Amino acid sequence: MLIGGFIIAVLAGLVFLCGKSSHGRHLRWPLTALTLLLLINLIFKPGFFTVEMTSDGYLYGSLIDILNHSSKTAILAIGMTLVMATGGIDISVGSVMAISGAMAATVIVMPKERFALWGLDPAAVAFGAAVLCGLLVAVAAGAWNGFLTSGCGIQPMVATLVLMVAGRGIAQLITDGTIITFDDPLLSFIGNGHLLTLPFTTWIAWTLFAIVALLTRKTALGLFVESIGNNETASRYAGIEARGIKWLTYIINGFCAGVAGLIVSSNIKCADANHAGLYLELDAILATVIGGTSMSGGRFYLSGSMAGALLIQTVATMMYANDVNPAVIAVPKALVVIVVCLLQSDVFRQKLSRRFHRGAAQEVDA
Amino acid sequence: MKKLLTIALAGLTLALASCGKTEKAAGKIRVGFSQIGAESDWRKAATVSIQEEAKKRGIDLIFSDAQQKQENQIKAIRSFIAQGVDVISFSPVVATGFEDVLKEAKAAGIPVILFDRKVTVSDDSLYACYIGSDCTEEGRRAARWVVENVGENAGIAELVGTVGSGPAIERKKGFEEIIKDHPGLKIIKSQSGDFTRSQGKEVMEQFLKSPERDQITVLFAHNDDMALGAIQAIEEAGKKPGKDIIIVSCDGVKEMFKQILAGKANCTVECNPMIGGQLYDVVEGYMRGEPIPERVESEEGVFDSKNITQEVIDQRGY
Repeated sequence: MLIGGFIIAVLAGLVFLCGKSSHGRHLRWPLTALTLLLLINLIFKPGFFTVEMTSDGYLYGSLIDILNHSSKTAILAIGMTLVMATGGIDISVGSVMAISGAMAATVIVMPKERFALWGLDPAAVAFGAAVLCGLLVAVAAGAWNGFLTSGCGIQPMVATLVLMVAGRGIAQLITDGTIITFDDPLLSFIGNGHLLTLPFTTWIAWTLFAIVALLTRKTALGLFVESIGNNETASRYAGIEARGIKWLTYIINGFCAGVAGLIVSSNIKCADANHAGLYLELDAILATVIGGTSMSGGRFYLSGSMAGALLIQTVATMMYANDVNPAVIAVPKALVVIVVCLLQSDVFRQKLSRRFHRGAAQEVDA
Repeated sequence: MKKLLTIALAGLTLALASCGKTEKAAGKIRVGFSQIGAESDWRKAATVSIQEEAKKRGIDLIFSDAQQKQENQIKAIRSFIAQGVDVISFSPVVATGFEDVLKEAKAAGIPVILFDRKVTVSDDSLYACYIGSDCTEEGRRAARWVVENVGENAGIAELVGTVGSGPAIERKKGFEEIIKDHPGLKIIKSQSGDFTRSQGKEVMEQFLKSPERDQITVLFAHNDDMALGAIQAIEEAGKKPGKDIIIVSCDGVKEMFKQILAGKANCTVECNPMIGGQLYDVVEGYMRGEPIPERVESEEGVFDSKNITQEVIDQRGY
C-alpha cells in the first residue's frame, strides 16, 4: 500500500512536471494513463503492489513482472521509434525475434566439445557464440530490410512484410521445425536472471535506451533522422546522407529485435519458431505511437516509447491480476489504447477544450 | 530429397494408372491421402504414421502435401479420383469449400475418410467417416485423472488455450463437465495462455502472486506447451511443480514426458497423431466388404508417472 502510494505520487509529480516543460510534453498522457491504472489497482487490488525481497536477494511482485515483461516490447519500441522517425515502419520484428532466438538455441545445444577453443571455458565460448550468432542474423535481417526500403525504394510496409511472412519459415528451417529446448545457465540468465535486485531484462532495456538516447540526442544523428522524416529530398540537398541513415535505422531496429528475441527464448529456455514474438511488432508500434512519435515521421520520443511499453504491459498484467474473463480481455486493453491515442491527438484535445469552454461560457451567460 | 522421391513416386503411379488399372488386379489397396502441410511437430508425426503404416501393410499410398493451400488439396483429390484409388483420405486445410470435389468423389463411388479435422458440408453423406481425436473427451480424461489422483478437494488454476479455438473450448467443456459433480474441486483461476510457453509462464506468474495463490493445488493447462512454461514460473516462485502444485495437461509431447519422469509434472492426456493404423483398419475393412463406421475415435492414452519410462520417451517421435 505504502509502495503503491509512493509510486503513484512520484508518477503524478512527473505528469505535472511533464506538463510544464516543453521537453516532456509527449510523456504527459501515457504517464497520466499509467498513474490512473495504478490508482485503480491501488483501490481494488492493493495486493498488486506487494513487492517482497526473496531469499535469493531479488525483488518479487507484480510491479517487478511489469518491468520484466515490458522490456521486450520496450527494446523493440526503441528500434521502431527510430525507423518510424524517418517515416518508415518495420513489421518484421516479431519474425526476426524468432530467427535470432532459433539461431541462439541451435548454437547453444551443439556439443560443448566443439567450443573448446583457445583454452577458454567451452561453456562461456558457446554462450558467446550463441548470443553473437543470434544478434548477427538479426542485424543481417535489419540490413536486408534497409536494403529493400532505402536501397531499392520499396514501400517500408511491403518491404518488411517480406521478412514478416518469410521470417518464421527461416526460423523453422534453423530449428528444423522443432522446438529446441536448452538448459544452459548462462543463456537462461538473460531472460531469467537478476542483477542488483532487478530482473536482468530490465537492465538490458534501460541500458539500450540510454545508449540510443545519447547517440541520437548528443550527436547530430537524431536531428538527421528527424529531418529525413520531415523531408527526405530537402535533407539530401542539405548534405545529409539520407539513404545511409535510413539504412542504419533498420539495422539498429534489427539489432533490437535480435536482443528481444534472445530475451524471449531465454525466458522460456526454448526456441519456439512458430510463436516467439508473434504479434509483438504490433505492440512495438503501439508503444511508439502512444509515446507520441508520429507514424508519418519527423519527430520521435524514445522516453515516450518506453512509457508506452510500460503502459501496455501494465494493462496486460492488470487483466491477469484482476481475473478479467479471457474472452473479453481485448476490450479493456482496446479502451485504454483508444483513450491514450485520443488524448495524444492535438485535434481531439482542441475539440474537447473548445466544447468545454463553450459550455462554461453558456453557463456564465445564463 | 524425400520430397523429390515422393513426387517421382507419385508421377510413376500416375503413369502406371494411365496405362489401365493394372495394379488393382495385383490386389493392392490404393489410398490417396492429402495432408495439410508440415506446420507442427504433431502434424509431422501424423504424416510419418500414415506413410510408415502404409508401407508396413503393403498398401499403395499416394501421398500429397497441400502446403497449407486448399486449392492444392482440391487438385490432389481430383487427381486421386482420376487415378481411381480405392479410398480417399485427407486432413482439410479449412472446413468449407470442399462440397464440389466431394460430390465428384461420391459420383465416382470412392469413399472419403476425413482425418483429424472435419469439413462443413450441406450433406453429411458426402464423406464416409471421420477419424480423429475428441478434445472434449481429453478434457474429461484430464478431470477424471484429477478426481482419481488428487481427490475431492483442490483449488484448480486453468490455463486456457487460444480464446475461441476449438481445442480450447472443447477441453474446457469436457473438464468442467466432470468436475461439476465434485463440489470440492473448484476452478479458482482461469486465464488464456494462448497455447504458448511464454504466455503460459507469464500468466502463471500472475496466478502465483494473486491473493488465492496458496489455494492453488492443481494446474490444468489446455496444452503441454503452456504447462511447460508454467513449470518454470512455479519453480521461480520457489514452489515445487508436480508436488506443491499438481500439473495436468493435454497433447503428450516428448518434453512433457521428460518433465513427468523428472517428477515436475504429473499427467498429460494424449492427443495422438499416430493414427495411420486406425485409418488403414477402416480401409481394409471396407475392401473386405464391411461397412465403414461414421466415427472412429483415435486411440489415446493418459500418461503419468505410472506408465512413463525412459523407453517411452525414446520412442516418442514428437
